[in-house]
Amino acid sequence: MLLIRRFEERAAQLYGMGLIAGFCHLYIGQEAVVVGIQSILQPQDTIITAYRDHGHMLAAGMDPKGVMAELTGRSGGYSKGKGGSMHMFSREKNFFGGHGIVGAQVPIGTGLAFAHKYKADKGVSITSMGDGAANQGQVYESYNMASLWKLPVVFIVENNHYGMGTSQERSSAGPNYYGRGQGWNIPGEKVDGMVYTAVKEAAARAVDHARAGKGPYILEMDTYRYRGHSMSDPAKYRSKEEVETVKVDRDPIDHFRIYMTKTLKISEDKIKKIEDDIKVVVLEAVEFSKTSPEPDPSELYTDILNEGNAVT
Amino acid sequence: MTVEKTALPNPGLTSMTVREALRDGMAEEMRRDSTVFLMGEEVAEYNGAYKVSQGLLDEFGSKRIVDTPITEHGFAGLGVGAAFGGLRPIVEFMTFNFSMQAIDQIINSAAKTLYMSGGQMGCPIVFRGPNGAASRVGAQHSHCYASWYAHCPGLKVVSPYSAGDAKALLKAAIRDPNPVIFLENELLYGHTFDDVSQDPDYVLPIGQALIRRPGKDVTITAFSIMVGKALEAAEALAELGIDAEVIDLRSIRPLDTETIVRSVMKTNRLVSVEESWPFAGIGSEIAALMMEHAFDYLDAPVFRVTGADVPMPYAANLEHLALPQVADIIEAAKAVCYKS
Repeated sequence: MLLIRRFEERAAQLYGMGLIAGFCHLYIGQEAVVVGIQSILQPQDTIITAYRDHGHMLAAGMDPKGVMAELTGRSGGYSKGKGGSMHMFSREKNFFGGHGIVGAQVPIGTGLAFAHKYKADKGVSITSMGDGAANQGQVYESYNMASLWKLPVVFIVENNHYGMGTSQERSSAGPNYYGRGQGWNIPGEKVDGMVYTAVKEAAARAVDHARAGKGPYILEMDTYRYRGHSMSDPAKYRSKEEVETVKVDRDPIDHFRIYMTKTLKISEDKIKKIEDDIKVVVLEAVEFSKTSPEPDPSELYTDILNEGNAVT
Repeated sequence: MTVEKTALPNPGLTSMTVREALRDGMAEEMRRDSTVFLMGEEVAEYNGAYKVSQGLLDEFGSKRIVDTPITEHGFAGLGVGAAFGGLRPIVEFMTFNFSMQAIDQIINSAAKTLYMSGGQMGCPIVFRGPNGAASRVGAQHSHCYASWYAHCPGLKVVSPYSAGDAKALLKAAIRDPNPVIFLENELLYGHTFDDVSQDPDYVLPIGQALIRRPGKDVTITAFSIMVGKALEAAEALAELGIDAEVIDLRSIRPLDTETIVRSVMKTNRLVSVEESWPFAGIGSEIAALMMEHAFDYLDAPVFRVTGADVPMPYAANLEHLALPQVADIIEAAKAVCYKS
């Protein structure tokens, strides 16, 4: 969680310096969601999300250097600098993006679940969306097929309460995203997405359900993003007090720190060491993202089509 | 039933309808590769809205022949995800008109992701189904999408005419590691051709046009059902003393520019035929390519025979007027030969 936060803070700095351009959607505030889910996954499980994806990638174990270098548009990035913030992938880590069209990742994630079932590999697809995407029609087309065919997919609705600048109240008739699978007999539950242990326990229930062949499951994560929708958003649609209240009362990292010291009995020294290590990892990522060369001009015309017939 | 004779009779070839050839092509590939599956509306228990998947459910079962709900956007996206997940989906649209619901998944997800991922995320998927006008089905069921999809890097677009090509190119599309748009034609489904290979290993490379009728006076390019009209026109033109060469494009993207250029270098005249609208159509692209590659060989401006620039009308007489007819092709050929 701390890695994600420090990474995103640095990404914001690099954006301010002009080293990162275009769209850059930070995950700060929502860290407990991805870390809690990741903690119970198995290697064959697949992950897919939308464009607020840096946290998902770091949680999946992708190299911070490759992620940061993609943000700066360098050849050392996960997509060789050709994807950018919203479009990164790792077959090795079973991370399937990184999608820029709101809601489009939901049928794709359902398709990953279709492939898990078809291949009988016991994998589960973790398909994330925001509260904004949860109103897209294709989400409900996906719920229908996932339930109809009992696909092993867990739909995660990361409800940070704002679809860009439009609050949940102004965009969604009916407050409960977790209950929107009822018509298709998909169980759902609402989870405090700011609390790592709550996320982990709910994710375990949901993933077990899907892995057991019982079909999809919906988890609504009640969470909050501290920054604007993207780097160009000053977030004037909500009050400073609202943001500050969440930061003070519900911060996922503060919460986890208390859990570490009080419950897990981890010493302050050990925590300090973790913090120092993360600082180094992030600084190395920043350094790599600055020194990795831009993609060779010849890369403009590569990776458009795969060559040959890849049938084995 | 008439059997359309195609070029170069071969003792190894057999006669069948386009519908049967497509079915056999899919069945052969499904026997060959267990990751290939077919999904779409009515493909399984109904045996296909146009009976293209006749018998496939019986042979391959419901795991691999999957009836979907009527949700094109969702199941096209699901197919893309399945392809990312290691399968080789064939996604049938009952007609390509309905692919408009799914076009975001086809272009933004299937076509672009290989590039956006720096080459990691190949998407081996076939989107297939009938395309273009059938008969009296009105404006929302008569649309030809060749130029829409051909516009997009990351896609291949194939549109065969004969049964043999339909089978061999569909097999190639299924084996292709890229997303392929496979545009069929409802009116051709029942046509029988004598050019179908029964060798399960026979595939045609995507991207090669075929000269269906050699000639020296004018080149006529066409694809799908318009190839038949172009061949008819060529026979009529022969009686007028005009020897037309008819090129069946077969693949729209990649386009076999070389074959067209070589033909134009010989005939110095070009008529392109397509049933879709003129603006930014395939004919427009071919005209531009000829300016770039064969400008000095053209003795007349390239002539585009296209559908009328209107939504398809229902009335029989208006529909007839809206679609390219043999007479239109004849007149165009005469015009570029300055014999009108």
